[in-house]
Amino acid sequence: MNRFLPFEAIAAFRFMREGTAQTTLIVAGVALGVGVIVFMSALIAGLQSNIIRRTLNYMAPIVIVPPEQVARPQRGGTSGLLAENVQPRSQQLRSIDQWQKVREQVARLPSVVAVTPVVSGPGFALRGDANKAVTVTGIEPESYVRVIGLEEKIIAGRLPAGASDIVIGTELSKDLGAGVGDKLRLTTASGAAETLNVVGLFDFGNKAVNERNVYIGLRVAQNLLNLAGGVSSMEVKVHDPFEAETIAQTIQSETGLQADSWIRTNAQFFTAMAAQSLSNTLIRFFVGLTAALGIASVLVVSVVQKSKEIGILRAMGTSRAQVLRVFLVQGGVMGLIGSLFGCALGWGFLAVWRGVALNADGTPLFIIEVEPELFALAAAGATVVGILAAVVPARRAARLDPAVAIRG
Amino acid sequence: MADTPPPGPDAAQTLRLEGVYKSYGIGTPAELEVLHGIDLSLRPGEFAALIGPSGGGKSTLLNLIGLLDRPTAGRLFVTGREAGVLGDTELTRLRGRNIGFVFQYHYLLPAFTAVENVMMPILAARGRPDDAMRKRAGMLLDKVGLTPWRDHMANDLSGGQQQRVAVARALAMDPALVLADEPTGNLDTKSADGVFDVLREVNESSGTTFLIVTHDPRLARRCDRIIELVDGNIVSDRPNAAEAPGNR
Repeated sequence: MNRFLPFEAIAAFRFMREGTAQTTLIVAGVALGVGVIVFMSALIAGLQSNIIRRTLNYMAPIVIVPPEQVARPQRGGTSGLLAENVQPRSQQLRSIDQWQKVREQVARLPSVVAVTPVVSGPGFALRGDANKAVTVTGIEPESYVRVIGLEEKIIAGRLPAGASDIVIGTELSKDLGAGVGDKLRLTTASGAAETLNVVGLFDFGNKAVNERNVYIGLRVAQNLLNLAGGVSSMEVKVHDPFEAETIAQTIQSETGLQADSWIRTNAQFFTAMAAQSLSNTLIRFFVGLTAALGIASVLVVSVVQKSKEIGILRAMGTSRAQVLRVFLVQGGVMGLIGSLFGCALGWGFLAVWRGVALNADGTPLFIIEVEPELFALAAAGATVVGILAAVVPARRAARLDPAVAIRG
Repeated sequence: MADTPPPGPDAAQTLRLEGVYKSYGIGTPAELEVLHGIDLSLRPGEFAALIGPSGGGKSTLLNLIGLLDRPTAGRLFVTGREAGVLGDTELTRLRGRNIGFVFQYHYLLPAFTAVENVMMPILAARGRPDDAMRKRAGMLLDKVGLTPWRDHMANDLSGGQQQRVAVARALAMDPALVLADEPTGNLDTKSADGVFDVLREVNESSGTTFLIVTHDPRLARRCDRIIELVDGNIVSDRPNAAEAPGNR
């Protein structure tokens, strides 16, 4: 007898050891269930965070742009006459009105991590005979890297710092034959042009982005795109990317500007992800329920088998509450031990999966980051489920009439 | 270890029953009155036998005295405390501290060793095991002559040995009263005598009161007092004339 354990735990452990076969079977059952839950959860979380990471790599969670320009038919003339066909207005590149103020206002929101101004518009990159359409993105490097991890994507050179610096993607570099140290010419539709030095190459792991995006200083971009002093959009990073839509709506109502969250921009993908999460929740629920029923049935049988012993315990002064706890402890311990084995099992599943799910070149299909919290949560969850499952049998045991139980 | 009884007319008595009735199936057509107004008291240190035919209400009476069941009417005092006014938790505590049980089928806990079984009532009362209760359990096992078997699992002991463990367990809390329901009914004559001797020795050495239900007239004759229960009434309650010092 362990002197550090209370009576209830001692009795619970001995009872479980007595029914070794039953205990082993149910612990194995719980372990399998927890293993499946851990594996599924890690897999789905890995899959989702991977896709999210890939998307948010080159995309800010929220982009603030000026409100859309709408056509306003002129009133007057013959009253009661309605314009039958209103031509929608073409959207010109405009600046966000008083963007410095808006920037401060948005940065003050508690859920916002960083805000960065961006000047973005179409342009052409020229080098020798090569000529490529690009998206010119003028950035303020210090704040931009806090929204989008551009510096981590730089594979050669550095971020743009001076007025004549440009950073291009690996694909564009290949197309133009321009590497770090080379010069290229950037022109825009307005006819403005600048000759810039390539100071860095980036790789976002996305061909379209690597081909089309070029990063230059904010001021140069303002000149090129004829937006002196203005910015075409502001990109916002938030603490929780899944809250982006609500935060975007807050920004929209507070500034009167249009704020697009990445959730709305990728609506379809989000629906799919929500369905995935729902199915995972359902699986967890039913596996948990199955484990609970298993534990409950084992304990119900145990209470019947041990009714005489319970009667004796009651006769010699054990209270109803103590008997109740003896069985609750059994449920909790079965859940806990099962979940510990289950975590190991889930870990094993994941290890096997990692060895199998590889790209053709041997790199992992996607990275699964197993968080320790997942295991802690699974263990805690299984323990709680075990205790809950034990409630009904434990109450039965506690309610046993000792006189009847002993007489048999 | 037993509660100090409050002063009162019953304080001197280990057990007192006043007009105790017990009925089963109250309010149903099968209502059955098993005990019809029992008056009974036991003084400290008494060694009494409860005899009578099967179905006469012996087990019912024993369950009431053991606080495992409540009477339909009447009053019951254990060490001077009235059981009827106590709640379930209090009743369990009163039972645990003052009454020891020895059953016909010893009912040890098979998952525990002999010494652990003896410790069990103290453990349940105190919550955590300690050396003092282990020592006391060892001492009690020594008293019933089982020291060599103290660490054997309960199921590995013979019937007589198991019943001795049960006796030691009944004494663990140093109860004022030990109730024994056919303690030797399941044993051969030699083992039965051994167990009975142990009960008698404990009674004489520590002054514990015993009430022993038995069918065996041979054993009943070795008690100080014989109470006979027939059809729910005490038909005779007399000191045992045959029992005198040196006569055993």
